[in-house]
Amino acid sequence: MSVQSAAGAPRMVTSAERLRRLLALVPYVVARRSVGLAETAATFGMTERELIDDLNLAWCVELKSPEPFCPIDLSYEDGEITISQAESIARPLRLAADEASALLVALRALAESGGDSDAVASLIAKIEDAAGAAAAASSQVKIHIDPPNGPGVPSALNDALTAGQRVHLRYYVPSRDEATERDVDPIRMLIIEGRTYLKGWCRRAEGVRTFRLDRILDVAVLDVPAEVHEEAESDDGDAQLFRPSESDVRAELELAAGARWVTEYYPCESQTELGEGRLRVVLRTQDTSLVRRLALRLGEDGRVIAPAELAEEVRAAAAAALALYD
Amino acid sequence: MSKRRTERLLSIVVLLLSSRRYLTAEQIRASVFGYPDAGESFKRMFERDKEELRELGIPLETGKSSALDDEIGYRIRRQDYELPEIHLTPGEAAALGIASRVWQSAELAGAYAGALLKLKAASGDNDGEEDAQRMSRSIEPRLTTQEKAFGPLWEAVRDRRPVTFTHQASGRPDAIKRELEPWGVVNRRGHWYVAGHDRGREAPRVFRMSRITGPVRLSGPPGSVKVPDGVDVGAMVKDWDRTPPRDRTAVLRIRAGAGVPLRQWARDVAADTDGAPGWDRVTLSFADSGWYAEYLASFGPDIVVLDPPDLREAVIRRLKGALA
Repeated sequence: MSVQSAAGAPRMVTSAERLRRLLALVPYVVARRSVGLAETAATFGMTERELIDDLNLAWCVELKSPEPFCPIDLSYEDGEITISQAESIARPLRLAADEASALLVALRALAESGGDSDAVASLIAKIEDAAGAAAAASSQVKIHIDPPNGPGVPSALNDALTAGQRVHLRYYVPSRDEATERDVDPIRMLIIEGRTYLKGWCRRAEGVRTFRLDRILDVAVLDVPAEVHEEAESDDGDAQLFRPSESDVRAELELAAGARWVTEYYPCESQTELGEGRLRVVLRTQDTSLVRRLALRLGEDGRVIAPAELAEEVRAAAAAALALYD
Repeated sequence: MSKRRTERLLSIVVLLLSSRRYLTAEQIRASVFGYPDAGESFKRMFERDKEELRELGIPLETGKSSALDDEIGYRIRRQDYELPEIHLTPGEAAALGIASRVWQSAELAGAYAGALLKLKAASGDNDGEEDAQRMSRSIEPRLTTQEKAFGPLWEAVRDRRPVTFTHQASGRPDAIKRELEPWGVVNRRGHWYVAGHDRGREAPRVFRMSRITGPVRLSGPPGSVKVPDGVDVGAMVKDWDRTPPRDRTAVLRIRAGAGVPLRQWARDVAADTDGAPGWDRVTLSFADSGWYAEYLASFGPDIVVLDPPDLREAVIRRLKGALA
């Protein structure tokens, strides 16, 4: 989506970007005969002032040979734009390869995730047809998603979402190896980095939370309508599962080559190569028991450097566990 | 940046789309405002303008209108320029809106937004907002592209160019330099991979992008990679990533109240009559003793592996490693 600049600061747009926008703006208005300034500005992610600048620019275009003439004629009186003459640019430019790929790959990902697949399939066919050769590159991009299936948690959550009902979850918190109980107003289900999540308003935490489906031990659909919370409406940051907080503890670990996968699954603030595939990382966490469990799992491939109490906690847990094998 | 440059580029597009004949650089100079008199500085400006138009995907064609012309000219054929008519049902428009949330990277979300505007400009259809509300009740995927190698590899695949990079295989101390003819990029279970022909190994190979260290460099011209017929990059990555079957049986002692997910997946949970009170005896299926031992070690003193011996030994080894 378009990048919003800080309030008042002029947005830097290159002449190429501006041309691209104009070549969509003119046909957008032509296809609608007459359309509001405010609505158009919102669609194109620009201010009304910027939109008027673009319209003026198009209107000013003049060819001087053989006869001087102005190919584009338009007006925007009373907040309504009409384009009475647009000559050869009344239709939009075909899709570029990146645009066709971005569309088709996203739609195929949607189709893989289940849902209203008929509409998605027919839309993919129409776009492939319209994009022509530009669609070719997208066939070299493949998306494989495992949608959650089977009865139980996914189908109960789906029912709750369809009916707009609140749910009661028994939810596993791995850092504490503990099952928690909470009521949640479901917002939607998401598949992020290969896992399915329920995004919802957690009534216990009084905030939006994301719950991994494979950690939901039990779900009951309650006979209470879900409440839609205003701050939960935004789609922003859906995929940002880890939100840093000021109260995070920074844990420093040294990893052997065999433990480099840690950087793919844990939020690492920094990574330093130590040679021979070894890595020093700083993890941020709200709960150090998560790092203790990680260190036990890594064995000799990982070592907690700081905080010192945490390193001691890991050794104590390992010693207590080993004592059970004597 | 400059408004005059945008005006000039727009004039060229309008002029060349309106003309059936090829127009020479000089004819273009004479028809649009903003160029200097013929000469070196005009030539440079015109070259830059042509490049910019082509980068936007405008099909600028070169040729001669007749054999008598001694200079080549330019035109834009309308059928190559225009996006064909496309009309969407309300359900399709809704799907288009939902799919706009899939990409989490600024570049691809930007490319999607640009495409969406063109589709909206191609039809006077309404935008299906109400249906988007209804459809948002299904499961929505999100695609992230945090891997630094993703951008250059996406371009290399699109433009069919070979690449070089260093790759740190899991558990190997040394990063190895690779030269790859990339056939495709694959997102499998949330991870990005590149599949292609490894020139050094002279064989097909799959690389996980998160394990590519350092920059990805293009090492050949566009169009120089030929993707063999019948190649299925999705299947290549699937083979690479196959999960072994859970065909082995483990017996554990688990402290009462602990090991919640182990109990969830257990085949059998019973009170442990042999051991101390407060423990359960749990029977589970597992696939690979290496990976499973790591997972079990993370439960620390809340579990004891009784059987099989290789799993028991592997867990003890992990714990000793953590103690050292």
